[in-house]
Amino acid sequence: MIKIKTTDRYNITTLRSFMTNILSLFAALVVIGIIFLIAGVNPFYAISEIFSGSFGSFYGIKETITKAIPLILIGAGLTLAFRAKFWNIGAEGQMLMGAVFATWTGLTFGEALPSYIIVPLIFLAGFIGGGLWGIIPAILKIKYAINEVISTLMLNYICAEILTLLIVGPWKGKTRFGFPGTDNLPDSAILGLIPGSRIHYATLILAVICAIVLGVIIYKTRFGYEARVVGENPDAGRYAGINFLKTSLILMAISGGLAGVAGVGEVAGIHHHLGYPASISSGYGFTAIIVAWLAKLNPLYTIISGIFFAGILVGGDAIQISLGLPAATVEIVNGTLLIFLIMGDYFLNHKITLQFSFKH
Amino acid sequence: MEDIIISTLQRAMVAGTPLLLATTGEVICERSGILNLGVEGVMAMGAVVAFMVTMTTGNPWLGVLAALAAGMMFSIIHAFASVTLQANQVVSGLAMTMLGLGFSGMLGKSYVGKPLSIKMEDWVIPYLSDIPWLGKILFSQGPFFYIAIFLALAAWFFLEKTRLGIQIRSTGENPKATETQGVNVFKLKYLSVITGGGFSALAGAHLSISYSKSWIEGMTAGRGWIAIALTIFALWNPARAIWAAFLFGGIFVVQYLLQPLGISPNFLAMLPYLATLLILLLISLKDPKKLNAPAMLGEPYKRGER
Repeated sequence: MIKIKTTDRYNITTLRSFMTNILSLFAALVVIGIIFLIAGVNPFYAISEIFSGSFGSFYGIKETITKAIPLILIGAGLTLAFRAKFWNIGAEGQMLMGAVFATWTGLTFGEALPSYIIVPLIFLAGFIGGGLWGIIPAILKIKYAINEVISTLMLNYICAEILTLLIVGPWKGKTRFGFPGTDNLPDSAILGLIPGSRIHYATLILAVICAIVLGVIIYKTRFGYEARVVGENPDAGRYAGINFLKTSLILMAISGGLAGVAGVGEVAGIHHHLGYPASISSGYGFTAIIVAWLAKLNPLYTIISGIFFAGILVGGDAIQISLGLPAATVEIVNGTLLIFLIMGDYFLNHKITLQFSFKH
Repeated sequence: MEDIIISTLQRAMVAGTPLLLATTGEVICERSGILNLGVEGVMAMGAVVAFMVTMTTGNPWLGVLAALAAGMMFSIIHAFASVTLQANQVVSGLAMTMLGLGFSGMLGKSYVGKPLSIKMEDWVIPYLSDIPWLGKILFSQGPFFYIAIFLALAAWFFLEKTRLGIQIRSTGENPKATETQGVNVFKLKYLSVITGGGFSALAGAHLSISYSKSWIEGMTAGRGWIAIALTIFALWNPARAIWAAFLFGGIFVVQYLLQPLGISPNFLAMLPYLATLLILLLISLKDPKKLNAPAMLGEPYKRGER
């Protein structure tokens, strides 16, 4: 008779953690392959198309880095929130609010100001917009015990409607010929691109710096320590006199603020005006959740996992065109990767042994 | 004027029906201690499967059964992750939402925008439907309306009055103690998650084959998330879920009533989500001890740790 015995594993090395992630991703790819097979697509071809579409060409790599910018920014911010077990599902809305604030600032002050003033200003405005939208659920959670998963999600829907209301109504641009959308930002507020690409380098540099600084905040500062205690052992945190409201407000201001900065990049770097919510974000706020999880909630690693998932987004677009698959395919790929990543945690935290015993 | 009020209330009942089904399912699931944030995804799966089967076979009841089966099978993923592997239930639920929305989009790709010509006949209750006002609002509705109310009441009876129901509730309160009494806690959690999934899928089926009679991607429009909020608002009691759901049905419908008054449609579209926040705010004014939340909700349970 075979018995499966599981025991807790206490000393988890970085290598084991890394290998578990790799194996989880591999297992997920096998399942994704099976799904492709059922959908009538050659799985080897489809999966190789995803990766050759994103990393296999110069154009693909440029697009991948472009899409990695918001994913790194949002993903890094989410690692901080998730460490405190603050389940911020509202990055999508926070990103849009950042875009709204930045657009207003750019359109209002952009004409009169030189680039070196207006660009930092719109980034600041985006951070404030996203941060304000982020601290609402923090207040609701700490003061009124409202589940943050629901409140952040509801705020996503609300923000999308506010944005649409603005672009079809008061903010509708004269140059849009009656179509929804604001006018373009003045040239001084538009972010420079790496020639021949859509990579707005200012935001890219900002994203990498933010990921590094957040790593320092989480592992080296008192605030980072407090945020981790709030998540891992709230009772001990209360006993130690940690101010939950203050901690939550700050971490959600950062998490939401970084999502807002991502929104600034999309508006000022790519679209140059505020359009429909779906055109500004193709679900970055949700994909970034998996980015944060794959990075094992370490903001530094979001640079790598952000590029990886940006690759999946770009490759997903590529196979939509070449294989005629629906847009939802990317969501299946993302969902499968996420569920395998969290399932993998079980094998990271537990040692599983098979025991053979022979009964007479 | 009278006609407008009656037809508004009638439509509020229709709009509240999927919320009631999904909320009842989530109550059963959460009572066992498992938080399922995948409602939105399971609902989308139910919607697309019901639509496809109804369109192909011409029989809406087969569509309903297929949706039920699909929703229950799909929910096994969440049960396996959160019960057997003790995974983080919040993240597992999010993955379920992604998967459900993704699969439904893929499956339903060739069905987008096709109208469904098959109609489910309204169940007009003899005599009761002749009552002025109430007759039209409550007793001449589509089958899903009656099914939803019946299932909510049945779920209430099941959880409060039957042995199995009480065991499920105590699983959510104190799994260790429940297990020492010889109850298989894992089995009950599986059962609750899968049943809850079936309910969510029924909600989706109502949306696609009865409410809008069409399928488009993302047609669940956050109703799954609202159902999770309504679970709290209903204080984890399926009987309370009935009026909570129909109140929200009213909020969904009132936007069409206010639109001709010149109020921005985008503002009106915000109402259900704003109302969800407002209602959670109201409930938070209550004494948390009276909220009735399952004590071990969302906490992974490790078997054999006695």
